[in-house]
Amino acid sequence: MQVPILKQRDYLIASIQAALTDADLLQLRDALVSQVGTYRSRGVIVDVTALDVMDSFAVRTLRDLAHMIRLRGAETVIVGIQPEVSFAMVQLGLTLEGVSTALDLEEGLAYLDKKLRITAPPSVKKRG
Amino acid sequence: MAEANPHPVPLQKVGGPESTAVLLRELVAHLRQSRTQLREEWARRITEAQLLTAMSKEEIFAEATAVYDNYVDVLETGAVEALQDYARNLSERIIPRGVETHEVIGIVLLLRDVLARSLFAKYRQDFDKLSRVLDAYEPAANRIGSTVAVSFVQERERIIREQQEAIRELSTPVLPVRERLLILPIIGMVDPLRARQLTEQLLRGIRTNRARVVVMDITGVPAMDATVANHLVQTVEASRLLGATVIVTGLSPELAQTLVNIGVDLSKMNTVGDLQGGIEEAERQLGYRVVQMIEEPPVQA
Amino acid sequence: MHSQETTVPVNADIDIVTARQKGRELARDLGFTSTDLALIATAISELARNIILYANSGEIVLSVVENGSRRGLKVVARDDGPGIPDIERALEEGFSTSRSLGLGLSGVRRLMDEFDIVSEVGNGTTVTVKKWRL
Repeated sequence: MQVPILKQRDYLIASIQAALTDADLLQLRDALVSQVGTYRSRGVIVDVTALDVMDSFAVRTLRDLAHMIRLRGAETVIVGIQPEVSFAMVQLGLTLEGVSTALDLEEGLAYLDKKLRITAPPSVKKRG
Repeated sequence: MAEANPHPVPLQKVGGPESTAVLLRELVAHLRQSRTQLREEWARRITEAQLLTAMSKEEIFAEATAVYDNYVDVLETGAVEALQDYARNLSERIIPRGVETHEVIGIVLLLRDVLARSLFAKYRQDFDKLSRVLDAYEPAANRIGSTVAVSFVQERERIIREQQEAIRELSTPVLPVRERLLILPIIGMVDPLRARQLTEQLLRGIRTNRARVVVMDITGVPAMDATVANHLVQTVEASRLLGATVIVTGLSPELAQTLVNIGVDLSKMNTVGDLQGGIEEAERQLGYRVVQMIEEPPVQA
Repeated sequence: MHSQETTVPVNADIDIVTARQKGRELARDLGFTSTDLALIATAISELARNIILYANSGEIVLSVVENGSRRGLKVVARDDGPGIPDIERALEEGFSTSRSLGLGLSGVRRLMDEFDIVSEVGNGTTVTVKKWRL
């Protein structure tokens, strides 16, 4: 099952629609890491609202994804982790350290807007 | 009002002059005929026995009528479902008013007694027949009695379970104090079960209130062992996964020691001395600035 | 009477998803809370993944268990893989010989109420876990 990736403003938004296999997850990671360069995106949002399980593989893949995207010069935020899923994750000791999280897509966008505005380089005026 | 039995006589006649079914049918006809009188008699005896004291005479009479009719229906059809439903519904209404189990069992036994006495009166000339009628009546009456009692007790248990659940939830209220800000005051001992409930409640609260910051005040927690302290850390971590920051306030010296002893990663813990400081920090993080209003001098007329 | 078992063969990563979804359905029918459903599904996911990682193939067997008035879900993860030479070590926090996060078995133990493992080198591994309704 392929995850659709939308491009909106400076951001890439991947909304996971259904349970993903390990191969799907790796494909998502690779697609985002590649497209973030293609579209010169500054932020990536991965919406996991539809996931009812985040096991060690899923968490590790998302963490790797976030770190790889940071190395490519963009910020990642994981949004929509369900309360039950987060409970199970911490029981397993999977805390997504060093990865930003937000409640939902809206909060994720607000987070990136705020974060990237602060770190944005001074704008260069076009002459003419 | 009550008429002759409209049902045809059953084809099979087993054991003796009349089958149980025929006897029950006769019995039902009799109970329908004597409905007004027996129902009043029953209601009177309920009052006399000081049962259902929480209810008025009129209420007792109304319920007695309904139970009486249901009772006769069960004798007629042998199906207890309708009575069961009625008994549950009745229990749901009377339990909050303090009606006790012994009262419910008491009134059912009284009805059994009232009806049996009326059968004695009716068949006192024919002892043989009386004995056969009672043989047919008693198993059915016992079944009805236990149906009503069991329905009541089940309803009671259900209410108790609900109340326990409610008390558990009340014991740790998740309070929205400002937009995006929740306060979770924890008071009393925390065991692993409560820690888990508290975490689940908080996580749901974060989602429903779209909270960004949570102030968890543990001033009221007398002590905590390593297990519970670990749960506390997990609560903080799970909240972060939903995108909310937890500020812990009111850590006692003992708790601070426990947390250090179990090697909690302090970089994950956002702590502020007391609740007031915690709320101020939360407001700062949310971008609020609280400004005291300068009192206006009274306007001169 | 709940003698029926559900067996999910585990041969590929899609089977991990199937196994945890079947487990979640059965647990939901048993009346587990939504939090427990997440814990159970996550545990099954880890167990199925271990089969793929260490043994290539095996099966997950789901069934209902009863103990007096309590009911619960039993998950058996079975494979004919190489087996685990040192179970104690395999259960240590963070131990893993494969590329996973290494939270596999010790993590599963934390998610469930009962945990049992039988493994023989060359003869495969059977992990049995149970979760009881509160």
